[in-house]
Amino acid sequence: MRRPASKIVLTRRQFALAGALSGVVTIAGCHRGAGAAWDFLSDRHARILSALCDQIIPADAFPGASQAGVVTYIDRQLARHYRRHQDAYRVGLAQVDAMSRNGFGSAFADAASAQQMQIVTSLEKANRGFFEMLRQHTMEGYYGSPRHGGNRDAVSWRMLGLDEPPLRGRAQYDLRSTAPSRSQGGRS
Amino acid sequence: MKRVNAVVIGAGAAGGIVAKELSTAGLSVVLLERGKWYTPADCRKDDLRNQRTTFLGNAFGPEDEGNPRVWVDKNGAAHTVLPSEGAYQNNAACVGGGTLSYGAQAWRYMPQDFKMRSTYGAPGGSSLEDWPITYDDLEPFYEKAEYEIGVSGDYSGTPFHGPRRRDLPMPPLPPNREFGILEPAAKRLGLHPFHLPMLRNSVPYNSRGPCMRCRWCCGFACEVDAKNGSQNTVIPIALNTGNCALRTECMAKEILTDNDGHATGVAYFDERGHLQEQPADIVIVSSAAIESARLLLNSRSRLFPGGLGNRYDQVGRNLQGHHYTGAPGSFDFETYDDVGPGASIAVMDYNHGTPGLAGGGMLANEFIRLPIHMIDRLPPNTPRWGEGHKQAMRHWHKRSIVIMGPTQQIPSATGRVIVDPNVRDKFGLPVARFEGNVHPHTFEIGDIQAKRAEAWLKEAGAISTSLMAWHPESVSAGQHQAGTCRMGDDPRSSVVNRNCQLHEVDNVFVIDGSVHVTNGGFNPVLTIMAVAYYASAALVRNWEGTAFRS
Repeated sequence: MRRPASKIVLTRRQFALAGALSGVVTIAGCHRGAGAAWDFLSDRHARILSALCDQIIPADAFPGASQAGVVTYIDRQLARHYRRHQDAYRVGLAQVDAMSRNGFGSAFADAASAQQMQIVTSLEKANRGFFEMLRQHTMEGYYGSPRHGGNRDAVSWRMLGLDEPPLRGRAQYDLRSTAPSRSQGGRS
Repeated sequence: MKRVNAVVIGAGAAGGIVAKELSTAGLSVVLLERGKWYTPADCRKDDLRNQRTTFLGNAFGPEDEGNPRVWVDKNGAAHTVLPSEGAYQNNAACVGGGTLSYGAQAWRYMPQDFKMRSTYGAPGGSSLEDWPITYDDLEPFYEKAEYEIGVSGDYSGTPFHGPRRRDLPMPPLPPNREFGILEPAAKRLGLHPFHLPMLRNSVPYNSRGPCMRCRWCCGFACEVDAKNGSQNTVIPIALNTGNCALRTECMAKEILTDNDGHATGVAYFDERGHLQEQPADIVIVSSAAIESARLLLNSRSRLFPGGLGNRYDQVGRNLQGHHYTGAPGSFDFETYDDVGPGASIAVMDYNHGTPGLAGGGMLANEFIRLPIHMIDRLPPNTPRWGEGHKQAMRHWHKRSIVIMGPTQQIPSATGRVIVDPNVRDKFGLPVARFEGNVHPHTFEIGDIQAKRAEAWLKEAGAISTSLMAWHPESVSAGQHQAGTCRMGDDPRSSVVNRNCQLHEVDNVFVIDGSVHVTNGGFNPVLTIMAVAYYASAALVRNWEGTAFRS
């Protein structure tokens, strides 16, 4: 059961970053264009997976999962470290498409976002194992290291306000000592 | 192959120290390591493939291919598991062992930790026991580890540590923001917070520079080589003596024995997979609790049909690690300053002395959180996916603190390592198989520790908290694995004597966490190091020319 999200306002810095990043990432997101060969997925599977991942991490002021390269991440791993999960993906993606065709008369990738969300909610119960794996892999692709094809341009780290590349060495201390406020917060 | 005085199997925390101590004393030493020798450039900052977060495998071994283990669940069903899966209980397989990539907390156990049975009595079904040696026996060797390997920190805030002759050689790193938030809260609760000890340079030490305080610490090799392990301290010293040869990617097959029941050397597979025999006067097993037990159990012969040192069926029993519990807390202000290593403040008020509990554990703030660690640590009732989850990640990543700690485990004889009758590794050797569970009293202690962590967070201003108080249905071992070759005076209830020498074979030693009778409520590595110095000193003392005399 999903609960309505509490209202969370972006900081000015996050907002500015979001604008700056979304352009970059959209272009990068076209890397796997029509006809490009995936390592494991068929184009049809890739379309279903892309829509699924975007339900798990949708675009808002910051890119969603597919724009950030999560499908590339999962595809690469299904041909490498996650080879043992290939069958689960084949079955799971087919199941999702069938649920959509039965429920809404259209392929999952073509269904409206609200319909897709409904299907993912059902999937959570209908095929818990696949859903949990899909959720986990999507999170890995979005929040993990960019070296594996996801988290393009470190977009999620920037979204979280993490300096990338990080401040290190002397700069860490110099910056802190010149900062106007070093509030520690809390009750003291 | 030329005979040497000593062959040491495993170049980890203990094996590196033993190799250094023996080679500087003039013994010829071969140090065998199944993994590779990595360098600081192998840090790689890969959030998904390191030694702590292993979704895409272990960065520092073993690799998933060809190295299975078997785990038996509470219903008796056996599962084959990969090194990158939690049930594998992995530590590492490389030069330095776990010390290449650990978080490097450098705890001494407390005096009571060596006398658990006489302090508390053994809970039913447990094998809780006293060590045959005391804190005072180990104190000089704790100090040696702190100075030779290099520890920073400051114990002055706590009265609960054992007696020490010298302060730590390096001051603590400057406090991070979490320290500033948690310290006054702990004091208001009447606790005694302090800068936790770390095997990490805070200032230049041992010809290497200080920590640069990056985000990629626990689980990673240190990019600037400021984290102190055996690979950048004692092993180079051992090699510089000219008395020690390190052979990497060499997997021990078995310890060889003669018709008199003495060890004659070690059979191992070299880096090309060829079987070799290294003759030696003495054999030292330092492969960590799981693999040390496995090697002894795989060393079967006519005189030792159940494995070496296993006449009384003790090898592999009392497997223990730590039962980690604690709490994540969420704050309405930023707690995160991106200053590593993160873990900075601890209390040891809860290790001993709670009526009704046989021990406890220290509590500390967690290592710096990588984003992937946050996905399931958001406040209660946060959606698990979709827009709400993403917004929560954005909102809470810098507004959360996790406090947790290692509950001292109550050992039991049924939590154990044996060798699997069917499953073999890529060398054809029977693999480790885990049976049993954590003793239930451990969970009772852990649950209370979690509530204590939560109380600390609430006092610090957390607006919501949850408990990480789980009751896993498997053995606990992992990076803190210990106990499988218990040290003791009675051969019927232990595997090695107080000098880490097998009761059964006088020229074979087990020197690593395997010998821990109990594992303290602390990260065990400094005790593993201290025991290695202590046992090496006894070994050198008893060494007479070309043979060992017990």
